[in-house]
Amino acid sequence: MAVQQNTAAKAAGQSMIELRNVNKWYGDFHVLKDINLEVRKGEKVVVCGPSGSGKSTMIRCINRLEEHQKGQIFVDGMELTGDVKHVEAIRREVGMVFQQFNLFPHLTVLQNLTLAPIWVRKMPKKEAEELAMQLLARVKIPEQANKYPGQLSGGQQQRVAIARSLCMKPEVMLFDEPTSALDPEMIKEVLDVMINLAQEGMTMICVTHEMGFARTVADSMIFMDRGQVVEVAPPKEFFANPKSDRTKLFLSQILSH
Amino acid sequence: MTDITHDVSSDFVEPRRGLVEKASEWARTNLFNSVLNSLLTLVIAYGLVRLAIPLFNWAIVDATFSAPNDTVCKAKGGACWAFIADWANFLLFGRFPAPERWRPALVIAIFVALMLVSSRARLSGKALLGMWAAGVAVSIALMFGGFLGMEYVETDLWNGIPLNLLLTIGGCGVAFPVAILAALGRRSRMPAIRWISIGYIELIRGVPLITVLFMATVMVPLFLPSGVTIAKLWRAEVAFTLFFGAYLAEAIRGGLQVIPRGQYEAADALGLGYWRKTWLVILPQALTISIPSLVNTSISAFKDTVLITVVGIFDVLGDVNNAMNAPEWRSAYWEGYSFVALIFFAVCFYMSRYSQRLERSLSRARPGPRRN
Repeated sequence: MAVQQNTAAKAAGQSMIELRNVNKWYGDFHVLKDINLEVRKGEKVVVCGPSGSGKSTMIRCINRLEEHQKGQIFVDGMELTGDVKHVEAIRREVGMVFQQFNLFPHLTVLQNLTLAPIWVRKMPKKEAEELAMQLLARVKIPEQANKYPGQLSGGQQQRVAIARSLCMKPEVMLFDEPTSALDPEMIKEVLDVMINLAQEGMTMICVTHEMGFARTVADSMIFMDRGQVVEVAPPKEFFANPKSDRTKLFLSQILSH
Repeated sequence: MTDITHDVSSDFVEPRRGLVEKASEWARTNLFNSVLNSLLTLVIAYGLVRLAIPLFNWAIVDATFSAPNDTVCKAKGGACWAFIADWANFLLFGRFPAPERWRPALVIAIFVALMLVSSRARLSGKALLGMWAAGVAVSIALMFGGFLGMEYVETDLWNGIPLNLLLTIGGCGVAFPVAILAALGRRSRMPAIRWISIGYIELIRGVPLITVLFMATVMVPLFLPSGVTIAKLWRAEVAFTLFFGAYLAEAIRGGLQVIPRGQYEAADALGLGYWRKTWLVILPQALTISIPSLVNTSISAFKDTVLITVVGIFDVLGDVNNAMNAPEWRSAYWEGYSFVALIFFAVCFYMSRYSQRLERSLSRARPGPRRN
């Protein structure tokens, strides 16, 4: 690999993602204010907070879909800078699942999965297809391999999107509200896949309002509001005994029914 | 029970009806479904018949198919197709040396064959591209000659229909990659590339084709170092390429603009990098969306090639104009222009049908609603 990796960081319990005093502005609007965050290898972090609190922006900074203007971000020991080589190396290690799935509509499900392994990892086509079929089996839709995304339901599309990210064998998975665009009856099938992934030890950062999922898998909960990390706590403590008033208000609003 | 089953099944079997019956039903529902529509149908039908009968008489009944000159030819009052028959070789091939005219004829045959094969056979994009590139290369070689005992022919003598075809296909073929780069450049984040692209596209689009042609054929030689000459035809071809490129670029940009941001982000998140993202994810979608406007531009490009006459290179229209300078056929312009119109209509009609087919087959390959 062209980019040097910090072997120390690879060891279990070591820092996989680290944000140090990260700040970001959209014009005059200060979206991220001094964000500090550390995610260790194998750790599952759920980020929640009211809309506009900067939680999506924060995880999009981790693979540089958004640029931070101040502070430092480290992924697997590499610092994320404007250097295109670094950015691409980090994106190979970080998978992302979007709210809107963002599958490639002109390619079949199988082609969606094999595109990046073949072109980025230089994997032989046959090997990539075998890997893709294994992953489709893991997300429980191997029979859809030759269909186009437009022929699938939202839940199936999102599972394909997860499999597409996994095909790159990432070290970390980022989930940006993966169930928010789904019809209620499809949310469970996607969450099941995510829970499964968490149980296998994947490092995950999930922006989601699915609090049941958070209780099941999260090692720590992060509550963000107005661009700041307000509270970090293990889920039991977070739900039972939130410290800040803003967290209490937020939890009372989303858990009131 | 049996009765019901019988009734249901007979509902599904479409009763066999005569063509007349079907036609009259179609006419009732489409042409005579209200008083106003019936009236309009009758008025339009009357107008069409009044036009069609004299046209038919002129073109067929009263037409003359062989005659020594236009005075004899026009005596019956109909079309004088004798002019076309007499001058066919010149109209199609111009001043190309008479014994060698089989070469441009073969070029026309090659392009007609390419068009037929492209629209009939199901071929991959790569195969199509290779086929057309080979067709253009072979055609240019045939026109030049100078090998296998074929006489060398100057580009000045490349006239007629092969010229229109080569200018269009060669011009658009080279313009297409230029257009893709310009369209991408116009959306680039790098200011220098963006401004060069905008400058090229807007400058060329802001100027009539004739001006670009004159610039290329008259002005460019003034700037060339002495002793260096480029044949006028190639200078004109460069002008066409630049001109088509700017319009194709705008057609492609239209397609690029409607690709959702999520597609770029998903490709970025997979680490594809700019060129792979563009080539594998963005362009295939953008070009499919741009097909109608790309074909539109290509159709105008084909029609625009007749303007090459103004810089003294004779395409099929130039040939017709020249043919009518012959003293015995001075009044045959109706027939001459009808001949050219028919050729252009045939090619343009083919192009638009082909694009419709292409769109249909591409949307068949990717059915269903697009969620993103």
